Amino acid sequence: MNLGPHADFIVAAYAITIFVIAALVAWVALDYSTQQRILGDLEERGVTRRSRRKG
Amino acid sequence: MPVIDLANPSRFLSVVNRVLPWLIAMTIILFAIGLYRAINAPDDYQQGATVKIMFLHVPAAWLGMFGWGLMCIAALGTLVWRHPLADVAGKAVAPIGAAFTFICLVTGSLWGRPTWGTYWVWDARLTSMLVLLLLYLGVIALYWTAEEPGRGARAAAILSLVGAVNLPIIKFSVDWWNTLHQPASVLRIGGSTIDPALLVPLMIMTLAFLLLFVTLHLASMRNEILRRRVRSMRLLQAQELAEAT
Repeated sequence: MNLGPHADFIVAAYAITIFVIAALVAWVALDYSTQQRILGDLEERGVTRRSRRKG
Repeated sequence: MPVIDLANPSRFLSVVNRVLPWLIAMTIILFAIGLYRAINAPDDYQQGATVKIMFLHVPAAWLGMFGWGLMCIAALGTLVWRHPLADVAGKAVAPIGAAFTFICLVTGSLWGRPTWGTYWVWDARLTSMLVLLLLYLGVIALYWTAEEPGRGARAAAILSLVGAVNLPIIKFSVDWWNTLHQPASVLRIGGSTIDPALLVPLMIMTLAFLLLFVTLHLASMRNEILRRRVRSMRLLQAQELAEAT
């Protein structure tokens, strides 16, 4: 594939886009595992949500 | 299941958990097809291979604006119906919309240098897109720095609605003012002026980016619901500790 005289600009555009999207995906995935872990810790310590409580 | 049932956070979470793996798979498949078509698309007769930047720049620009549109709908849900899921949706979409707007600005700049001879000019289209990014950053700051989340959500909702004024300015800036940026060539009365050899990969990439956006938004909303559960459980725990002492 020949990207011509402006190959650097094309490659940079794709590289930056991939980097930003990868960072966004990583942030969302890490945030999910963090919240899951905290919720697990709280439930282990016996803290439950009001809606889950009986009586 | 009626759509209104999704307004319940627990029901919403169970639907999202079932839908997300399918969305992720579809996004990956569409990106594989879209990138293959984009890489193998012919060069433009004037711009040469730099036209390949269009397959990133145009979908990112559309989704940057689409994200703000979603925030406006969420803002109405927050201000009119005071629904907590609307607030969750607004908060979750802001960083994603900001990221796509950023991609649009950077790829546009990298496309502009070989095409126009400059990375940046303060013309109406480029400036209004930069304003959109700054507005996104303002909304993110309001959501994440407010001491009382409800107050932050209402302020962010108001800014979202006020900022909607910028959307028609972005869209019609190339018609209203004399700009370096080209006029609309895809979404225009009279049909697209782009050759199908470039238009088809562009549409596939747009669909792939749209699916990515929806996937990230749903996953982000799930995170936000969990974060609120953590917050309310911690408050409850603190309250119980205070009562016990």
